[in-house]
Amino acid sequence: MTAKDSLHIALAGNPNAGKTTLFNNLTGAHQHVGNYPGVTVEKKEGICTHEGNEIRVVDLPGTYSLTAYSVEELVARDYLVNEQPDVVVNIVDASNLERNLYLSCQFLELGVPLVIALNMIDVAEKRGIRIDTEKLSEFTGVPVVPVIARSGKGVNELLKTVQKVSQTGAAPPRTLIRYGADIDEALKDLIPVLEEHKLLGSAYPASWTALKILENDEQIVAKVMLENMKVGQELVDRSETLARHLQDTIDAYPETVIADHRYGFVRSILRQGEVTRITDQDRLYASDQIDKVVTNRVVGPLLMAAILFGLYSFTFNWSGFLVDWMGMCFAFLGSLAESALPDGPIKSMIISGVIDGVGGVLGFVPIIMFMFFGIALLEDSGYLARVAFMMDRIFHFFGLHGSSVMPFIISGGIAGGCAVPGVMAVRTLRSPKERMATLLTVPFMNCGAKLPVLTLIIAAFFPAHQARYMFLATLVAWLVALLVAKLLRMTLLRGESTPFVMELPPYRVPTLKGLFIHTWERTWQYIKKAGTVILGISILLWAMMTYPGLPSDKVADFEAMRQQVVTSADKAEELLRIDQLEAEAGLRHSIAGRIGMSLEPISHFAGFDWRTNIALVGGFAAKEVIVSTLGTAYSLGEVDPEETTSLTDRLASDKHWNPVAALAFLFFIMFYSPCFVTVVAIAKEAGSWKWAFFSMGFNTVFAFSMAVGIFQLGTVLGLG
Amino acid sequence: MNLRKMQTGQSGTIASVKIGGSLGLRIREMGLVPGAEITVTGRAPLYDPVKICINGQTLTLRNSEADHIDVATK
Ligand SMILES: Nc1nc2c(ncn2[C@@H]2O[C@H](COP(=O)(O)OP(=O)(O)O)[C@@H](O)[C@H]2O)c(=O)[nH]1
Repeated sequence: MTAKDSLHIALAGNPNAGKTTLFNNLTGAHQHVGNYPGVTVEKKEGICTHEGNEIRVVDLPGTYSLTAYSVEELVARDYLVNEQPDVVVNIVDASNLERNLYLSCQFLELGVPLVIALNMIDVAEKRGIRIDTEKLSEFTGVPVVPVIARSGKGVNELLKTVQKVSQTGAAPPRTLIRYGADIDEALKDLIPVLEEHKLLGSAYPASWTALKILENDEQIVAKVMLENMKVGQELVDRSETLARHLQDTIDAYPETVIADHRYGFVRSILRQGEVTRITDQDRLYASDQIDKVVTNRVVGPLLMAAILFGLYSFTFNWSGFLVDWMGMCFAFLGSLAESALPDGPIKSMIISGVIDGVGGVLGFVPIIMFMFFGIALLEDSGYLARVAFMMDRIFHFFGLHGSSVMPFIISGGIAGGCAVPGVMAVRTLRSPKERMATLLTVPFMNCGAKLPVLTLIIAAFFPAHQARYMFLATLVAWLVALLVAKLLRMTLLRGESTPFVMELPPYRVPTLKGLFIHTWERTWQYIKKAGTVILGISILLWAMMTYPGLPSDKVADFEAMRQQVVTSADKAEELLRIDQLEAEAGLRHSIAGRIGMSLEPISHFAGFDWRTNIALVGGFAAKEVIVSTLGTAYSLGEVDPEETTSLTDRLASDKHWNPVAALAFLFFIMFYSPCFVTVVAIAKEAGSWKWAFFSMGFNTVFAFSMAVGIFQLGTVLGLG
Repeated sequence: MNLRKMQTGQSGTIASVKIGGSLGLRIREMGLVPGAEITVTGRAPLYDPVKICINGQTLTLRNSEADHIDVATK
């Protein structure tokens, strides 16, 4: 270990044991959220001071175990091994000792310097569970400090103990746990070999490595093989002999036998008297009473619909005033720049690139903040797990997870959401494959920015049944998203679904402090991490739609036209008309325009002409831009997405358009590449740009195939 | 009796968990080991997953996962 001035401790424990609460209590506002390298697991770090000394606190992901089966568990144990914290504080939920101590066993096996923080003793006491901490400490061989993380009781004592342990260092790992004759014997064979060849010697205790080899732990076996193929193979052979033997004699796998013996050890501790349980089965805790109603067959789904709808309104409607207010600020800034700066490309870049870009980034902030607050509320109160419980049957059928429902709803499962917070909400999912499938399909929902476009097309071509068509669009979005999810889970994201076995945590009243910290750190992460990228791309898109400008002779032509109308009667109107024509010519001349034109030979299979193409390129900036760009492309000037009558009439009477082309266009809009803000968000949540690009490419190809199918079929059937 | 077949309100002691691998470990990690006392406390509106009470905590698992667990019912 390197010499350090400040103490370095790691918090570890089961999910819901109170880790976050203790972490917040220790570090207050001095925390920093990041990711563990290469994975999307949140890493929280903070500083706390105790008796004038600084202590660096790292919050490890909550886990039930330390296997190689989940990213969180891998991250946790890799951290313990590679970073070697001075002390590991194991938060143990006293009201649920058995399962919590199962994890403690594994810390003991790993031989890390451990302190057990026995949390929630208030809850345990209420349930009549009394714990003799002295005895618990004696049996486990590590100090045990009772705390109430929520109120801060015992935290000082905990820090004192931590300091003491850091000075004395860890007691050498004692063999506390027996795993049964067969396994103990195999361990006895493996350990000397590991020690002799110093395999993984410096990082892991040999006894732990041996245990992991017997558990057939992928990561450790691979590491051992990498270090010494020949000896590694010997060890694996021995482990396989054991596995066969256990299979033959007791029809069990080594890893499960080991798990059962860990539980045996935990039970023996509990049995040996340190716990008095005055079980009061009648007063089956309030949570179960609440659950009787909340997950009831009839009431449950209705209540859930109401709560999810409430979360949705809260996110999008209640944040409205802040969104409007920010919009006004940026409009004001824009007009300031408009009047203060001299005309020219710099001004245009500042207004359309920078101010609109920053506005675009920050415009999402209120929505994201409200959403994360709402989610934190549902998460901390324990309700979110119930939603997953009730919805799992449906979502599991499509290869997703019960928890997928929330991201879908926020993205526009109730028409009018937004895929950016929707994508960010995916982080409540812990199952990697289900999570990725959700991430890739939520952008199919009809977000608020697609609505003006859908409304425009529906008003122009299907004016008789507008409401019905809008509703159908929502249903189609759900159907397509779920089917594509199923498709992905059968192909690219194939694989067993992650076990659903999970805890329904007891209902608790969330603390305000916790809610605000949660909300703020996640929002800040969006601003910091996504913001800069979004700003950059926004300027790039602006440049694409502006450059290269019209050649000077063309500009001169328009100028000449302007000169001619000086004498005309409706001067103002004529001038406006010329401006609009010039804007159209400019757009056509720009890079985006050229892309649009060059794509026409392909896009006409779906019935899109170059104007539509340009608008669709613009839609990558934000879907509502499709409307204003269409306006420019049809020389109507920039059309306000809220007020589209002129464009509706223009499209309805254009010979390129007909109901079939319109339907193909609708489908394309609904399903093609997400806007770039969403793409950036996907890259951040997926942890790699690969998936973000995949989402752009796949969705566009998919949407285009649908559009071509609709257009060709409709045309053949003569519906156009 | 198989856990899937148990009725709401029925209790028993886990007799065996017949699966290994990640699911087998996951089931055990959550405390569903032979000898543990459980009570089925309910099911989701669409009958799957199932909700059980063990040691005063509530766990849920899918029917397909419950299939691997045998319970000696009272
Ligand atoms: N009564 C009580 N509640 C607690 C205590 N510690 C944490 N909680 C609550 O337990 C819930 C889960 O805690 P949290 O810190 O989010 O758990 P984590 O998943 O381990 O991070 C929250 O609602 C906390 O307010 C405690 O000592 N006593």
